[in-house]
Amino acid sequence: MSNATVIVVTSGKGGVGKTTSSAAIASALAKEGYQVCAIDFDVGLRNLDLIMGAERRVVFDLVNVVRGEASIKQALVRDKKLENLYLLPASQTRDKDALTEEGVASVINELRMYFDWIVCDSPAGIERGATLAMRHADEAIIVSNPEVSSVRDCDRIIGLLDAKTIVAEEGKRMPKHLLITRYDIERAKTGDMLDVNDVVDILSVPLIGVIPESRDVLKASNVGLPVTLSDENSPASKAYTEATQRLLGSDVPVTIPSEKKGFLGKLFKGRAA
Amino acid sequence: MNFMSFFGKRGESASVAKNRLQILLAHERSDNGTDAALISSLREDILAVVKKHISIDPDAVRLEMDRDGDVTTLGIDIELPGSTRD
Repeated sequence: MSNATVIVVTSGKGGVGKTTSSAAIASALAKEGYQVCAIDFDVGLRNLDLIMGAERRVVFDLVNVVRGEASIKQALVRDKKLENLYLLPASQTRDKDALTEEGVASVINELRMYFDWIVCDSPAGIERGATLAMRHADEAIIVSNPEVSSVRDCDRIIGLLDAKTIVAEEGKRMPKHLLITRYDIERAKTGDMLDVNDVVDILSVPLIGVIPESRDVLKASNVGLPVTLSDENSPASKAYTEATQRLLGSDVPVTIPSEKKGFLGKLFKGRAA
Repeated sequence: MNFMSFFGKRGESASVAKNRLQILLAHERSDNGTDAALISSLREDILAVVKKHISIDPDAVRLEMDRDGDVTTLGIDIELPGSTRD
């Protein structure tokens, strides 16, 4: 019996930061010394490889493995920086129906033997790819922007997590964590943006972290590094690292790291940039 | 408006957003497509009753639902063909 934890990163809505968050959290877990595998479930539109900087080393993919055309070990791509971090890429050429329920089940079961953490990066939507990504999860990270359409879609996803997963079908409760991304403290303060408590209130899911809107996220994706590996001092990176600590069971209070550090902080920022 | 916000008037759009979401989600959480089924079967039945008395275009029956807080209203709008009765 393995002690692996399968975690799905999901949101319903596209563009809220599932892939960025999957890469950042998988890397932060690996930095803690765990054996980590990130799986891209977005068949046809893979991007986790690009965000993790592994795009040139992809040979086989999840669909090849599901169809028995390659072994899992052949398809896993090892991270450039962290030797205990692996990526199982999605296929770029097939469509989402290329995945089968049994195929995915056997892939996850095999990965459970090799890894401590398996991070499933869900595609947007509520169709096959998304339901298969959450199907075998032990826990879920729900990614929401502080914005009405994103929150609504998260609510829908929460419903699916409580109905269509193996954990739910066994009559157990899926542990869920809310990750709010692209948060702008100033706009929330002035009442122009839903604030953290609003979103937590509405969705009733415990908060695991708040990622501030940050330029470093785009910069990290430009160079193919998860933000937790590219710049440890960036507010987004700190927020992801703290969220990961909470995922690991630590009791650190949720803070929202800010780019505004006062005069000295600004001075240093200016010099470093 | 801009003048006011210049002086730091707190925006209210976030609380509007929260309100709208709470109302919408309270409804969506309890609904499993039952509204659509209800509307569709009501439409069929009403159409059948009206048809007993006058011949109408099936597309001329419109049902609309409006939800506002705890109150749901159902509007039925039947377009009668010109001067069938007088």
